[in-house]
Amino acid sequence: MRLEPRQNVSLTRKLLAPLMAVFIALALCSLLIVWAGASPFTAFYLLIKGALGSTFALSETLTRTTPLIFTGLAAAVAFRAKLWNIGGEGQLYAGACLATWLGTGAIDLPAPVMIPFLFLSGGLAGGLLLLLPTLLKTHLKADEVVTTLLLNFIVLLVVNWLVFGPWKDPMAMGWPQANPVVDAAILPTLLPKMRIHLGLIIALVCALGTWVLMRATVWGFDIRAVGANLKASTFAGLPVTSTIIRTAIISGGLAGCAGVSELCGLRGYLTIDLSPGFGYSGIVVAMLAALNPLGVILAAFFVAVIQIGADSMSRALNISTYIADVTTALSLLAVIVSMLLVRYRIRWR
Amino acid sequence: MDLTALLFESGFWIATIRMATPLLFGTLGELICERAGVLNLGIEGIMAAGCMSGWMWVYQGGTLWGGVVFAAFIGALFGLIHALFTVYLGLSQHVTGIGITMLASSLSSFVFRMLLPEATTPPKIIPFEAVDIPFLSDIPGIGPILFSLSPMTLLALTVLGVVWYGLYRTPAGLALRMVGENPMAAESQGVDVFLIRTLAVMTGSALMAVGGAYLTLSAFDAFYIGMINGRGWICIALVVFASWKPGKALLGALFFAGFDAIQMRVQQQSISLIPYQVYLMMPYVFSIIALVIMSRKASYPKALLVPFRKGER
Repeated sequence: MRLEPRQNVSLTRKLLAPLMAVFIALALCSLLIVWAGASPFTAFYLLIKGALGSTFALSETLTRTTPLIFTGLAAAVAFRAKLWNIGGEGQLYAGACLATWLGTGAIDLPAPVMIPFLFLSGGLAGGLLLLLPTLLKTHLKADEVVTTLLLNFIVLLVVNWLVFGPWKDPMAMGWPQANPVVDAAILPTLLPKMRIHLGLIIALVCALGTWVLMRATVWGFDIRAVGANLKASTFAGLPVTSTIIRTAIISGGLAGCAGVSELCGLRGYLTIDLSPGFGYSGIVVAMLAALNPLGVILAAFFVAVIQIGADSMSRALNISTYIADVTTALSLLAVIVSMLLVRYRIRWR
Repeated sequence: MDLTALLFESGFWIATIRMATPLLFGTLGELICERAGVLNLGIEGIMAAGCMSGWMWVYQGGTLWGGVVFAAFIGALFGLIHALFTVYLGLSQHVTGIGITMLASSLSSFVFRMLLPEATTPPKIIPFEAVDIPFLSDIPGIGPILFSLSPMTLLALTVLGVVWYGLYRTPAGLALRMVGENPMAAESQGVDVFLIRTLAVMTGSALMAVGGAYLTLSAFDAFYIGMINGRGWICIALVVFASWKPGKALLGALFFAGFDAIQMRVQQQSISLIPYQVYLMMPYVFSIIALVIMSRKASYPKALLVPFRKGER
C-alpha cells in the first residue's frame, strides 16, 4: 500500500473528517458498553444528559472545560513549532505552587489586582519550567518529549513534599493539603450556587489571544514556519532558537494558568490531586482541534462532555469510569488517522 | 544512613535486581523499536496492559508462564496498532505513542474493573518463587544475591543475550539495524522495510508487556491501577543512556534500580534529614542528566522518527 497526496481538499471534507473520527471512536466504545451489559443508546443518552441535561450539568461541564482550554492551548502552541511539550501536567502544578505561595499570605493585594497578578506569576512559573527542557533541546539536543515527561514526576513529588510537609494546612484534619488561598485570590463564580467560575472567561480570552498571536503577528508566523520546516526556516534566517524559546514560555505559561485557575477557581487549596491528568488531556484536546487555538475551545468542551457525561453515565449504569479515558484515547487515535486521510488517499498497490 | 554499609548489605542488592528486571525488559523492548527507526512512546501503557493481562490470566486459573506469554501477546497487539499507525500510515510517532499509552492504560483499568467489579481489597495470586541455582547459591555473601533469582529475572538476562546476538550476529538483526539507519538503502537491498519495522515494534512491545507482567507475576502478587508509575518513561531515557546498546541497558537498569532501592530504605527510616521524596525523584533527575550527557554524542539511529514512504526521497 502507499499514500497518495490529495489535490484541492474541500472544506466539507476537512470538517467532516474529525466528526467521522469521533463517531468511529464512540462506536468502538459501544462495544465495551455492550460488554458491560448496557445498551449503547441508553449509555450515550445518559452521557449527554449527564453533561448537558441541566443547568447544573452544563455548569459542571464548563467548569471542566476551563482547565482543558488552557492545557489544550499549551499543547497546540508548542506542537505548532514541533516543540513536543508533554509536560503540561508539571507546568500546571508549577503554576498552582507559585499561586499557592503568593496567594496564601505572601502578598496582600485587592482582588482586581491580585487575580491578574496570580495568573501572570503562575503562568511565569509554568513557562520557566518548560524553559529548562527547551534549552536542553536547543543547546544540548536532549529530546524534550522525555525531559518534559520526567519533569512531571519530579514536580508532582515536590508538590507531594510541600503538602505533606512545610505547606501542610494544620486545620485540614490531617488531610494532605496546603493552606487555603486568601479571599482576594478566589475567582468569583459566574452563576449563583454553581461551581463555574471566572477562569472560563480568562481561558476564552487566552484562546482568542493565542489565535490572534498565531494568525496576525510575525511571531506567530515564525512559530508556524519553524514547525513546518526547520531547515528552511534556518536557511531563510528566521530567529529559530529564540522562536522556540518564546513558544516554550507561552506554552508553559498557558499550562501554568490552568493550575492557577483550578486552584483559585475551584479548590481554593493545593493538593496532589488538583489535576486528574489535565496536562495529558490537553494533548488530546490540541490534536482534536488540529492545533487551532479557536478549535481548542470546541475540543476542550467535547472532552469535558465525555469526561463529565461518562462519569454520570457510569454511575447510573454501574460501568467503570475508565470508559471516559478509553473514549478520549480512541478519539485521539481516530482523529489523527482522519486528519491523515484528509490529506492523503490510500492506494492498495 | 551509611552508604558504604549499604553496599555490603545483601538486601539492598536483592532489591536492586528485583527492580532492575522490569526496567531491563522495557529498555530492551524500546531499544528494538528504536533500532528499527520507530520511537515507541506507548511503552508506559503497554507495560500497564502486560501488568494487568498477565495477572488476570493467572487469576483466572492459568499458569504463571501462561500469564507471561499472554502478556507478551497483548503487548504485541498494541505494538501492531502502533506499527500500523507509524510505519504504514507514517503518522507522528510522538502523538501516536501518547495515544497508545492512554488507550492501553485506560483499557487495562477498564477491563480490570469489568472483570473484578466488587474487589475492594485487591485479590492476590501466588507469584513466581526465586529459583536457587544448586551449589552456587550456597556461596556466602554473593551466593543468595546472584544465584537465587526470580525465573523472570533469568528470562530477562536470557532475552538480553538473545537481543545482543540477534542484533549483531544474525542477518535479521542486520536488516533491523539497516532499516533504522537507512531504510532507502535497506530497500534497495531487497529488505521489506515495512515488514521489518512492524515485526520489530511488535517484538519490542511484547517485551515491554512482559516487563509489566513481571510486576504482578513476580515482584508483587496483586494488580493496582497506576502500578507502572513512570517506569516506562524511565526505560525511554535508559535507551538513550545505553546509547542504543543492549549491554549498556543492563548497566543502566541496575544503576536506576539501585536508586529505587536506596529510596525504599530511606523511607523506612522514620528520621531523615532529606525528605524521602528527594530519593524518589532521583531516578527521574538522573534520567534527565543521562539523557543530556548521552544526547551530545548523538549516536542515535539515523532514521529514528522519520517515516519511510516508498518511492519518496
